[in-house]
Amino acid sequence: MTESDKTRRRNRWFMIAALIVAGAAFTVIAASGISDNLVYYWTPSDLHANGKKAYGASIRLGGMVAKNSIKKIGGSNVEFIVHDGKSRVAVKTTSVPPQMFRENIGVVVEGTMVPGGYFESSRLMVSHNNEYKAPEAGHPVDRKELERMMKSVEQGNT
Amino acid sequence: MIPALGRLLILGSLLAAAAGAILGFAAGRTRSAEGLKWARRFAYLYSGLIVSAALLMVYALLAHDFSVSYVAQVGSRSVPTWVTIVSLWSSLEGSILFWGLVLGTYIGAATFLTRNRYEEYQPDAIGVWLACAAFFSFLIAGPANPFHTVPSPPLDGPGPNPLLQNHILMAIHPPFLYLGYVGFTIPFGFACAALLKGRLGHNVLKPLRESLMLSWIFQTVAIMLGGWWAYEVLGWGGYWAWDPVENASLLPWLTATAALHSIMVVERRGILKGWTITLVQATFLLVILGTFMTRSGVFNSVHSFKQSAIGPTILGFLAVSLLFVIGLLAFRIDKLEPEGRLEGAASREAMFLLNNLAFVLLTFTVLIGTVFPLIVEAMKGKQMSVGRPYFDSMTVPLGALLLFLLGVGPALPWGRASREQVKKALIPPIAGAAVFTLIGYALGVRSPWTLITLAFGGYAAQVTLSQMFLPMIQRMRNGEPLGSALIDGQLRRGRRRFGSYIVHAAVVLVIIAIAISSSMRTQLELHFVKGQTLKAAGYDVTFVGVEQRTEPHRLSTIGTFNIVKDGKPLTTLTPRMNQYQMMREPIGTPDVHSTAARDFYIALSNVDAAAETASISVFVLPMVMWIWLAVIAMALGALFGLIPSRRVILSAAKDPVPEGATETA
Repeated sequence: MTESDKTRRRNRWFMIAALIVAGAAFTVIAASGISDNLVYYWTPSDLHANGKKAYGASIRLGGMVAKNSIKKIGGSNVEFIVHDGKSRVAVKTTSVPPQMFRENIGVVVEGTMVPGGYFESSRLMVSHNNEYKAPEAGHPVDRKELERMMKSVEQGNT
Repeated sequence: MIPALGRLLILGSLLAAAAGAILGFAAGRTRSAEGLKWARRFAYLYSGLIVSAALLMVYALLAHDFSVSYVAQVGSRSVPTWVTIVSLWSSLEGSILFWGLVLGTYIGAATFLTRNRYEEYQPDAIGVWLACAAFFSFLIAGPANPFHTVPSPPLDGPGPNPLLQNHILMAIHPPFLYLGYVGFTIPFGFACAALLKGRLGHNVLKPLRESLMLSWIFQTVAIMLGGWWAYEVLGWGGYWAWDPVENASLLPWLTATAALHSIMVVERRGILKGWTITLVQATFLLVILGTFMTRSGVFNSVHSFKQSAIGPTILGFLAVSLLFVIGLLAFRIDKLEPEGRLEGAASREAMFLLNNLAFVLLTFTVLIGTVFPLIVEAMKGKQMSVGRPYFDSMTVPLGALLLFLLGVGPALPWGRASREQVKKALIPPIAGAAVFTLIGYALGVRSPWTLITLAFGGYAAQVTLSQMFLPMIQRMRNGEPLGSALIDGQLRRGRRRFGSYIVHAAVVLVIIAIAISSSMRTQLELHFVKGQTLKAAGYDVTFVGVEQRTEPHRLSTIGTFNIVKDGKPLTTLTPRMNQYQMMREPIGTPDVHSTAARDFYIALSNVDAAAETASISVFVLPMVMWIWLAVIAMALGALFGLIPSRRVILSAAKDPVPEGATETA
């Protein structure tokens, strides 16, 4: 084995080690970046089940607007209750309600739980899903349907 | 009648592709000239059959033949003719047939253009193309068959998805995307053929590079058109949301861009052969992954269609392709002998290496963020998505690094450079960096990342422009007059070099425009009653009124707003809400006043025709127009670079060294 072969081999090992270190560092950065920026797709029941975790987390809350719960409070601020047949969550939003917003319609609100026990949202979206049908009064909301709806109301398509 | 004929054509294309693939691979092993001839004939046959099948579907759509299942599903007598033609790709089954049309055209053209040349690689390349073609014909014949017979045809159909009827861009964006996406199959075929032969010679680099570049051009335009469509239709004042489907179109573009750069290192230095091939193959695999994500219903968005058996089938194809590629690389990559080595850290090839590293990291960043929610859902059944801040915080630094390399790389010479040379190359462009940063600061830019972008952009702009016109300036120093120096130095010879610097200059502009438009945007919500005037970021907006207009396929509610700036009437904007038949909610269409400096953009969020009130979202977005224009310049520059230079045409017959080896692009 010549001298230059040796250095070349050493160089190659050095390169591989450097790549592994760089790859590991990148993975750590990416993983922490992802875990800091997860958006959870929850129903009101999920939100209650997660307790304290709901405070401060980014949440896309999907459910139905409860009857007689819409209150307009100046400017574009609106308060209403979102339910999924089992649980209810009070929502305050600063976003202008879209054209279709009304009682008993599927909505997705983006935001987080704040002290005081209500869900603060800067974004209110009405279901764009053709196939989604509002359940009859008194019937529980189908979970699968809600999840489909939350997914279908993609970012931007408000 | 039409359904049966359609099914026959699809079945025929499946058989032709399968037979041709087997013949191609066999001819690759036996080196039989007769076998290659037959593989080519089957490629042409496949091409003819699948293209006929797609044209038959277009005919059925235009003839409103509702006995064809796909026409019954998306056709309608009440939509305009352009929407009827666009219906070909507006739903799942048709979009796969459209894929077949594009693939058939590509395979036919590639086989024809590479006949009698590259005979060492052509049999295997045809084998790979037709194997992919066989899969897609199988998909069309089976799970995605659009040619079922409808026993009792309806008199009229529902028409395609209204969101897709809402803008003429829907007629342009998907074809470009398919031309890019599907086109990556061709370089993939050459890359696999090179591995199967165990040799990546200069002769196969040329068709590999050119086919990759062509698809890259289409993909570039397609991504821009997608962003433009989102901007013009969705009404949230942005062009990129890191939506999984947008990411799916970006991922192969990133690896293809990396490959286009590493190919140059192979040409010049004879190194990075295996790496380049891996990038080309990764591009194809990401195309299939993207197709799976958009065509299987795992993500529900504008682009996704209903859940169906197509998803698992494409996933199976992805798995097989991945195994094939990994196996091929594992057994063959050692055969690709490097012809040189990396000379020094301050050389152009070292910068290419860093460029590739940054592109690969970008690809991983976007890939992880896109696929992570899928994996969590598959494993834990929980639903979540990765938020925009992840993508922004990860991609902005990598984008800045790439912009930095775009300046430093072309400034450095190939091979080993002396300290003096490096200094002489790297110091002067600092002037450009200073100028751009100061102009930006004077115009109010304060965000640190935007200022960094401007500095790197200014540096890169100076390097790019001085490199771009180097041939002309050298000729003028030798006493040639400006006219002939311009024509000979820039337009007749070294087109590839000139073209790539046009692309670089355009990229600098795109990145600066994106940085400024996203960091300096203004957004506000306004609520009007009729006749009211409100102030919005230096503009006076007056709500003139609401009007309702009935068209055959939709009911439009149109708000009229007069925009006045500095006391002078600027324009009248008419954002609308369109209510389509068979759709519960209306779809908004924003209206934009574009100038070189900024866009004034308004979208209706709520309008009441009876009470004559309206709420709008107002966005003031600087420099957006430059993004569209610069991307078009990128495409044109790359296209210009693909036109063979005169010298190359003259010498191609006797000179086996390709054009890249004689140019410094």
